[in-house]
Formats: sequence, C-alpha cells, structure tokens
Amino acid sequence: MKSIQELEAIRKKTIDNVNQRKDRTTTRIVVGMATCGIAAGARPVLLSIIDEVKKLGLPDVSVVQTGCIGVCRLEPIVEVIRPGEEKVTYIKMTAEKAKRIVDEHVVQGKIVDEYVMHVVDGKVVNDYTVQKD
Amino acid sequence: MREISLHLIDIIQNSVSAKATLIVISLEINIIEDYLKISITDNGCGMNDETLKKVKDPFVTSRKTRRVGLGLSLFESACNRCGGYLEVYSKEGKGTEVIAYMKFNHIDREPIGNIQDTIVSALLNENVDIVYKHKYNEESFEFDSREIKKIVGEDLNNPEILGWIQEYIAENIQNIDGGAF
Repeated sequence: MKSIQELEAIRKKTIDNVNQRKDRTTTRIVVGMATCGIAAGARPVLLSIIDEVKKLGLPDVSVVQTGCIGVCRLEPIVEVIRPGEEKVTYIKMTAEKAKRIVDEHVVQGKIVDEYVMHVVDGKVVNDYTVQKD
Repeated sequence: MREISLHLIDIIQNSVSAKATLIVISLEINIIEDYLKISITDNGCGMNDETLKKVKDPFVTSRKTRRVGLGLSLFESACNRCGGYLEVYSKEGKGTEVIAYMKFNHIDREPIGNIQDTIVSALLNENVDIVYKHKYNEESFEFDSREIKKIVGEDLNNPEILGWIQEYIAENIQNIDGGAF
C-alpha cells in the first residue's frame, strides 16, 4: 500500500526541484483536454507524457492542459513550447508518439517532423503523412 | 466516450472553466439496488436559469470557437441509454451540480474505467482541489487533495507526487470493489 511516509519522502526529495523550477525557464507541454481531445484519447497521452518526464527526471518541464484547440479532427493534440522557441503543434498523438516527443524534442531539441501539423495557406496539409517538397 | 471516467474528466473541465476551486466527485455503486450514481459538485461561477434550461442541448456552449458543445449531451445520452438520467442544478455565483444515474447492470452501461487517471489529470489544473468519494455498497473510500497539499505543499504538478496519488487511488479502489467495473 502507498503510505503517507512515502509521500513525505517524495516531498523532501522534490522540494529543491520545485524551487529551481520557479526561477528557471521551463518548457511547457500542453495537451488539449476538451470533449474532442478526451474522446480521441488525450488522457493516456497526457499520462504517458507525465510518466516519461518522471522517468527521465526532467526538472524544467511543466505539463499542462488546455481546452479545445480548434481542430478537433486532429486530436489528440500536444503543443511543445521551449523557452525562446516557437510553439510546435503535434497532431493525432498516441501514448507512444508522445513519449518520442518528450525524448527527442523536449530533451534533445529535435522536432519530430512526422507528427507536426503542417499548415499551408491556412489549410492543414498533413492529416496522415508528412508532405515532402 | 468509451468510459465513464472520460465523461467525468470532461465535466471536471467544465468546472475548471467555471473557475471552481473545489470539485467534489462522488461515485456510488450499489449492486443490491442495481444503480450507479455519480455526482460532480463545484463552487464555480454557476449558471443563470436561462442557460441552465439549455445546457444539455448540444448546440449550446460557452466557448467562442464553435457553436457546439457535446460534453453534457454525451454524458446524458450515456445515462439515458441504460435506463438512467442526468440532472444539472446550478445557482449563479454559487456553483453547479451534475448528477448522473444509471442502471448498474444494464448491458449498455459504459465501464467505469480509469478513475485514478481522471483525478490526476484534474489535479494538473492550478488552484483546483479535488475530493473523490468512492462507494461500493456499504464500503467507501475518500480522497482529498487538500490533505495531500498539507504534506507536500501547494504545487502538486510534479510527476512523482502525481504518480503516488495515481497508485494510492488505484489501490484503494481495488481494495473496495476489486476495480473490476
């Protein structure tokens, strides 16, 4: 059984982390959690991101939720905002794809092209695959 | 929606949008009298009577991006299809209460699903406290995020703390009803 003592131990361990997090710039991972996102499977995506962040012990990452992003047919949607960089929108996420985004984009700074939403003249051009020039 | 817990997270998000700081969720399974009753009560901004009348209409929503809002409508149809109902009570400035009732053994009742994931997702919202009451016949379990905050401080958005909460809720639900519903 999970005990309160265990929780206190976690607090002691993480209290430094929390303090650091306040003054450093953090990467934000935003998951769309409106009706459309939830129905498409956003909750497992959100939890797999949290899980991966925990596994890798990333201190400067905050995982947050938002409402409907506006393109429901592309849900689940995950946005990654690294400090000083432009927002990247990933579409049709799954728990596995989301893990890859944490590993490659959040940790190493390499955008995972296959899953990014590509917009040309206001139209989303890659519902299913990456369009190469 | 495939699970009741997904409807729950959806309704919780409504409460969060209504600026609620405390959301009380109670889920009651009664095998003997064959019902499942869920209530979600918040202290958010509430609705006026006019909005309340139309709230279950899928073409009514408070958001600006589109003119459909399916959350409550989907939940209501999930209740109706298994011999139950959904009721919404609200008072402007006081808060809102959603009550869902279903026949527990109805073949179309959705599985309850992963409650711990729903609670953890809800706790990611800042300044929101969650009380979750789980009742199975006579046995019950209660989780209160304010108790957790007394121990670890105000910020629960930490993977290790969330992981602990997730397992804690899962274990306790498992203890009461086997987690098989």
